[in-house]
Amino acid sequence: MSTTPFVRKPLAGDAAEPAVTPVVSPSETTLIRKPKLGTGRTRKKDIPEGLWTKCPKCSTLIYDKELDENLKVCLKCGHHFPAGARERINSLVETCSFEEMDAGMISVDVLKFTGVASYASKLASYWKTTGLKDAVVTGIGTIGTFRVALGVMDFGFLGGSMGSVVGEKLTRLIEAATNKELPLVIISTSGGARMYEGMFSLMQMAKTSAALAYHAKARLPYISVLTHPTTAGVMASYASLGDLIIAEPGAMIGFAGPRVIKDTTQAELPAGFQTAEFLRDHGLIDDIVPRLELKERLVCFIEFLLHHRGQPSQR
Amino acid sequence: MKHPLEFEKPILELQRKLDELRKHPHAGSLGLTLEDEVSRIERKLAETRREVFSNLTAWQRVQLARHPRRPYTLDYLRDTFTDFQELHGDRLFADDRAMVGGFARLQGQPVMVIGTQKGRDTKENILRNFGSAHPEGYRKALRLMRLADKFGLPIITLIDTAGAYPGVGAEERHIAEAIAVNLREMTLLEVPIIAVVIGEGGSGGALGIGVADRVLILENAYYSVISPEGCAAILWKDRAAAQRAAEALRITATDLLELGLVDEIVPEPLGGAHSDPTTMAETLKVYLLRHLHETEAIEPSERLRLRYEKFRRIGQVAEAPGVLGPAPTA
Ligand SMILES: [Zn+2]
Repeated sequence: MSTTPFVRKPLAGDAAEPAVTPVVSPSETTLIRKPKLGTGRTRKKDIPEGLWTKCPKCSTLIYDKELDENLKVCLKCGHHFPAGARERINSLVETCSFEEMDAGMISVDVLKFTGVASYASKLASYWKTTGLKDAVVTGIGTIGTFRVALGVMDFGFLGGSMGSVVGEKLTRLIEAATNKELPLVIISTSGGARMYEGMFSLMQMAKTSAALAYHAKARLPYISVLTHPTTAGVMASYASLGDLIIAEPGAMIGFAGPRVIKDTTQAELPAGFQTAEFLRDHGLIDDIVPRLELKERLVCFIEFLLHHRGQPSQR
Repeated sequence: MKHPLEFEKPILELQRKLDELRKHPHAGSLGLTLEDEVSRIERKLAETRREVFSNLTAWQRVQLARHPRRPYTLDYLRDTFTDFQELHGDRLFADDRAMVGGFARLQGQPVMVIGTQKGRDTKENILRNFGSAHPEGYRKALRLMRLADKFGLPIITLIDTAGAYPGVGAEERHIAEAIAVNLREMTLLEVPIIAVVIGEGGSGGALGIGVADRVLILENAYYSVISPEGCAAILWKDRAAAQRAAEALRITATDLLELGLVDEIVPEPLGGAHSDPTTMAETLKVYLLRHLHETEAIEPSERLRLRYEKFRRIGQVAEAPGVLGPAPTA
């Protein structure tokens, strides 16, 4: 479902506590020299599989370690590759500060859904290949000086779809933020509600939005970060409800899929339709923030939003 | 019978025979008296109708929910309610005719009624956009709900939509945001809210006016996260697999009641709501009045707590063996 040819690799520490931002010593990166572009196909064949990634936007070959260090942003053109939930958390929270919640919560095949493949077998294969239990990781961590309730979705797990687990983990996170009077940040990426759980999935939209109603009523800040892609049921619930809504450059964001819209309306879609930039120009998004600037911008926003509380929340 | 569905054909056939017999009393008599023959076919007709309608598949119910003669929101506003005073517009951009709303009386009691509205013919369907609302529809709904909240009128929403409209304008004006805001704001409205799925409960477009103290569903209505056709196209790569998708998604009223996703089923006349709209409208009135009285009797703060709990408890999860996360803090 991903629109870029980037292959998600299992990362060291992917399944472990995401407390430490992985540090790669500069000496390591110089051991293998970057191949010059245009050295021909024969040269390319010598490159070991999985060490290099080609940018889908500018076609530059990027050394994977460099790409990881640069938070999966192309060093040449700034294209944002997909990033996993653990990587994102690592890049935002202070070392050893993240206390994960509900780490072992898993989905149930509540409808005994049997399609072309059964839901149970889908889940089993995703557990095995992604190292994730479901499409969101939640917990409380320190960003700058602020304790923040942080939820990060992962498109790699069943297209970031929202079923009972995503809804329940986020609702518990939001409730914890309300009870502990913490600011909330949710980084979304999702194809929408998870079909395999039928109406249970749809109702997670109401559940998470209801929890946000009480978080908002307590005048606590919520920043929604939209990443590529964020659509459908997730966009029609918590992803659209931030006090601030920010997006990564080039992210595809919308309610209905472009093909559905084209089929329904039989009309040409405008240039840049449903991109972050399009939605900023149409008034939905407060600002577009590159991934490498996200942490400092979040800290800055939270400072403004918590100003009335006097001290930064440090419990 | 206009617009017969495939599974209604045996009923139709008997009906035709009966009509024929009554029109030409001597043509069909083979030694039997006319009265005998008529009553024999009448019995068979009733039997067949009962048999067909007590064994409907999920897909057949979807067809009934989409029946072109099925009563729509404005039909109930005429037959279940009285004194409907339609109110237009979202005060921001437009008046979305796919979403109707306004004051009405239910057995004399003033309420706010909001619902999606399909068209009966091509001309009206263009006006109503086939019952699929734009962002303006959801924003109009919220405006009217806030008005009701301010002046203490209970809210009744009638849901009948294939889904929110997937169009360029809808995206440009943020239909997802409009729905999301309704979900959040309906959580906090202090007046009682009763939602009824009267036909199609199409995904987020239905839920956008569906956060309520009570969620009812008509016997042959459906409520689904995705249309059976859409699910079939994605999972089976074949829209023709819609019948199987309809079964797998568990979208019928009985499925949803069993799964704890709706509060009660409102029974339809045998043959479906469209076969006897007057009876249907009366039945709905009885159910609405009961749920209205029950929810009105609850203290407002308690009603809000119960509304939150109602949606809060939906979902089934498990704990992976051998993984110990910190205890939930909520
Ligand atoms: Zn590039």
